[in-house]
Amino acid sequence: MAKKPRIKVPKKAKAGQIIQIKTLYAHNMETGLRKDKKTGKIIPRMIINNFVCSFNGKEIFSATIHPAVAANPYFAFFAKVTESGTFDFAWTDDAGKKVPAQAKITVS
Amino acid sequence: MSVFMKTNTALGRRQVLQAVGAGAVALVGSGFASNDAMASADAASKYLMKMAGGAAKEGKVTLKLPEIAENGATVPITISVDSPMTDSNYVKFVHVVAEGNPNPEVVTFSMSPGMGKAEVSTRLRLSKTQNVRAVAVMSDGSIYGSTKQVKVTIGGCGG
Repeated sequence: MAKKPRIKVPKKAKAGQIIQIKTLYAHNMETGLRKDKKTGKIIPRMIINNFVCSFNGKEIFSATIHPAVAANPYFAFFAKVTESGTFDFAWTDDAGKKVPAQAKITVS
Repeated sequence: MSVFMKTNTALGRRQVLQAVGAGAVALVGSGFASNDAMASADAASKYLMKMAGGAAKEGKVTLKLPEIAENGATVPITISVDSPMTDSNYVKFVHVVAEGNPNPEVVTFSMSPGMGKAEVSTRLRLSKTQNVRAVAVMSDGSIYGSTKQVKVTIGGCGG
């Protein structure tokens, strides 16, 4: 499941414009409720439990995620950009593994 | 008490335990169908009260959800909150709960004025036909909520 997260951020925007950001991280989001059909044992929970998006070091959006979010967690949200900069994204799973990603935007 | 003593003498200890266990299962079984949704809705509202820190007024929050979800494993949802999203007036948190799921909590979004627009889309898992509720906590402390029912054809919690 070590796929790269998919992010959609416009490359350019006008100052003060509200842009949409779409993110998708490929992860099966094991709920911890499912049973293995062969052994009858419960498959342990393993989900992405946190997602953060910040712009130029300032957090603008974050999500605390529970097992009721579907597999391959997808988030679409907005950001108001006033200057050029970098969006930083990070996904954290139950094991504490953090996957970062970045996207740059030029604001004119 | 007399019943218990009688069985205790007539049957072995293990048999008594089995009988009691069966009774408990029967009780739970009979109450399950009618009380399940209620109990969960109760848990959901308790959770929301705890997270939001108070009761929510209806309004300001708009939920976009399919009326009928064929596949409960991925149900698209868009939550938008009527807010100018300025430094002095913005949405702080949005809590989403599903009343009929094994656990009511779904996701909590923390927002900031940097978003410009209080709207988020994601995808949920829903185990059965149920109400989905979103509650928004504003920067001034006021709380607004909205509920929508989704009919689920195939549940999405596995099992």
